[in-house]
Amino acid sequence: MRVALMVTCINDALYPSTGQAVVRLLRRLGVEVDFPQAQTCCGQPMVNTGYLDEAVPVVRTFVDAFAGYDAVVTPSGSCAGSARHQHSIVARRSGDEALERAVAEVAPKVYELSEFLVDVLGVTDVGAYYPHRVTYHPTCHSLRMLGVGDRPRRLLEAVRGIRLVDLPGADQCCGFGGTFAVKNADTSVAMGADKARHIRETGAEIVVAGDNSCLTHIGGVLSRQRSGVRTVHLAEILASTEGVLR
Amino acid sequence: MSGTFVGMPAFPEAAREALADSQLRHNLAHATGTIRAKRAKVVAEVADWEELRLAGAAVKERALRDLDTQLVRLEETLTANGATVHWARDAAEANAIVAGIAKAHAAEEVVKVKSMVTQEIGLNEALAEEGISAWETDLAELIVQLGDDLPSHILVPAIHRNRAEIREIFRSKMAAAGRPAPDDLTDEPAVLAAAARDHLREKFLRAKVGVSGANFAVAETGTLVVVESEGNGRMCLTLPEVLVSVVGIEKVVSRWEDLDPMLRLLPRSSTGERMNPYTSVWSGVTPGDGPQEVHVVLLDNGRTRALADEVGRQALRCIRCSACLNVCPVYERTGGHAYGSVYPGPIGAILNPLLKGVGHDDQTDSLPYASSLCGACFEVCPVRIDIPSVLVDQRAQVVDAHRGGVPKPEAVAMKGAAYVLGRSRRLSVVERFTGLGMRFARRFGPAAWIGARDLPDAPGESFRAWWMRTDGGRTDGSRKEDGTDD
Repeated sequence: MRVALMVTCINDALYPSTGQAVVRLLRRLGVEVDFPQAQTCCGQPMVNTGYLDEAVPVVRTFVDAFAGYDAVVTPSGSCAGSARHQHSIVARRSGDEALERAVAEVAPKVYELSEFLVDVLGVTDVGAYYPHRVTYHPTCHSLRMLGVGDRPRRLLEAVRGIRLVDLPGADQCCGFGGTFAVKNADTSVAMGADKARHIRETGAEIVVAGDNSCLTHIGGVLSRQRSGVRTVHLAEILASTEGVLR
Repeated sequence: MSGTFVGMPAFPEAAREALADSQLRHNLAHATGTIRAKRAKVVAEVADWEELRLAGAAVKERALRDLDTQLVRLEETLTANGATVHWARDAAEANAIVAGIAKAHAAEEVVKVKSMVTQEIGLNEALAEEGISAWETDLAELIVQLGDDLPSHILVPAIHRNRAEIREIFRSKMAAAGRPAPDDLTDEPAVLAAAARDHLREKFLRAKVGVSGANFAVAETGTLVVVESEGNGRMCLTLPEVLVSVVGIEKVVSRWEDLDPMLRLLPRSSTGERMNPYTSVWSGVTPGDGPQEVHVVLLDNGRTRALADEVGRQALRCIRCSACLNVCPVYERTGGHAYGSVYPGPIGAILNPLLKGVGHDDQTDSLPYASSLCGACFEVCPVRIDIPSVLVDQRAQVVDAHRGGVPKPEAVAMKGAAYVLGRSRRLSVVERFTGLGMRFARRFGPAAWIGARDLPDAPGESFRAWWMRTDGGRTDGSRKEDGTDD
């Protein structure tokens, strides 16, 4: 099975440790991933702001980079959702039938990390060790666009040493929403403040999610509040093992 | 433009004001939370809820795809049942028809069943200009009307008011509109309801003309249906001599049995009840029983425009249950006024632009962006309107409508991003400046972000650079790989 890592633009630029964690985790599970260097972004920032024409070259680059792989794994529910549900819209808009065919070929092979682990590799216990009090925020796109269900939770429950605590109002949006966070900053922050309050109520040291974009927003609010709660991507918890202090 | 409160600012500005209203925030969080929990409970009781949603969507979809035939059929059956059918292209035509009917009977007042469509067309204001008083008889609509206020929710228009505020409105405003509130009025819900009942009763008994909307219009049988909770609707539909119903053309369903899934979906989604207390069903005139003159005004007002929109036309399936409002994290915090329309919340964010078209005013153009695209609305919609997808499509229409002029900073940024992200080599050059960029952004970045949120620390190198330096983590990085990235 040829597996490619779609690291996502935000992880590439701001959270390389998340990409590194995916590589380490999958290697431990016996899967060697390629990192197709031509990859850039899924184009979601353009699509969700209404700039479909601008997304065309980005989607073209995406399918060129990932063509021919059996699976494309990404540590982002949102970017996986963008590839699976929105690339076809962009391709149709371009009027380029070859692009439409390429999207139809690649899009179904894109998996969010927890889907790939549970559905493709068939594992829930990935051999991780993480001795911390953690609460899990299910991100909207993973939950409602992809339907990952309880996969991330099952993966977390199998982690040794972890104390997983329930997050009140877990399925409520954190308020990030891509450019929504800036275009409707006041509403976004009001939602983020409520999410942060719920996180703090749990007494967790760490809030985990499968999307660093949401975590940038949540973490930004928690940090501004000097809350002492850290944000960590799911991949980094699953990649952690005994004998490594992090 | 009808359907929009005149002079409302674009959503972000209106929302900022609403977010600062602590009373509103508290009322809304409490009210939406309560309805949300009720809905979840009664929906969970229905084992085949997902099949029911599919059936509901199919009923509306079938009628919409065949709308021209269904409407002509509805006109025929209604006429055969003794009703008079009028066609209205827009709000002005519909209002003139209703005013004409009232005047023909020398009516100085009409009593109204709660109706979204008559608010959409601004009927009360139009009738007032003709010297006709339109009395709202739904409790919440009465509160809004007496308070000289605007509705902020489809089902619960006074959701932004608490009972202390309602008591004040009744005490200070009821007398001018008819029977005054009793002197010993408290803010107990039962006491407030009793005061409203006494106030309204004299209006029901006096009015010659009743005005309603309709939840459904059955083409096969020429039947209109109104679903309600309080019984005020039943009063308005049966006591006056003349009944005028303004019905959006998307309300038509083709067959009688189509009501089956709809009447099961609506109350559970809307009030969180298994069944609504009153379902009024009438087919034209019944001799000797109820109104002996029945009019039906079939209204377009942008609906054929919405029907022509390939992605957006599904919004015409909407049965105005307001489940999407109650689960929306944006609505829960801003309330309905921020949307500047009688149709607020997620459905309003797509319906208003669809009915009016985008590219004409900033307020309408701001609505498709009034969402974090979390998808909670689609999840609860009883007729499966994929609101997030329509929002994204409407955003594209807004952007397209503004192409060609002087580009906004956002458009320039998107074009720049498209250039950089079109080639990985360009991206890797930009990524070398991530650290610098983040340091800059921390001090001079958009206030919209850094005003309330810290920015993360920039890493020492990008993932891409790390991968090349360490051969994907297989070496410690001392041997440099010569990867190509394009």
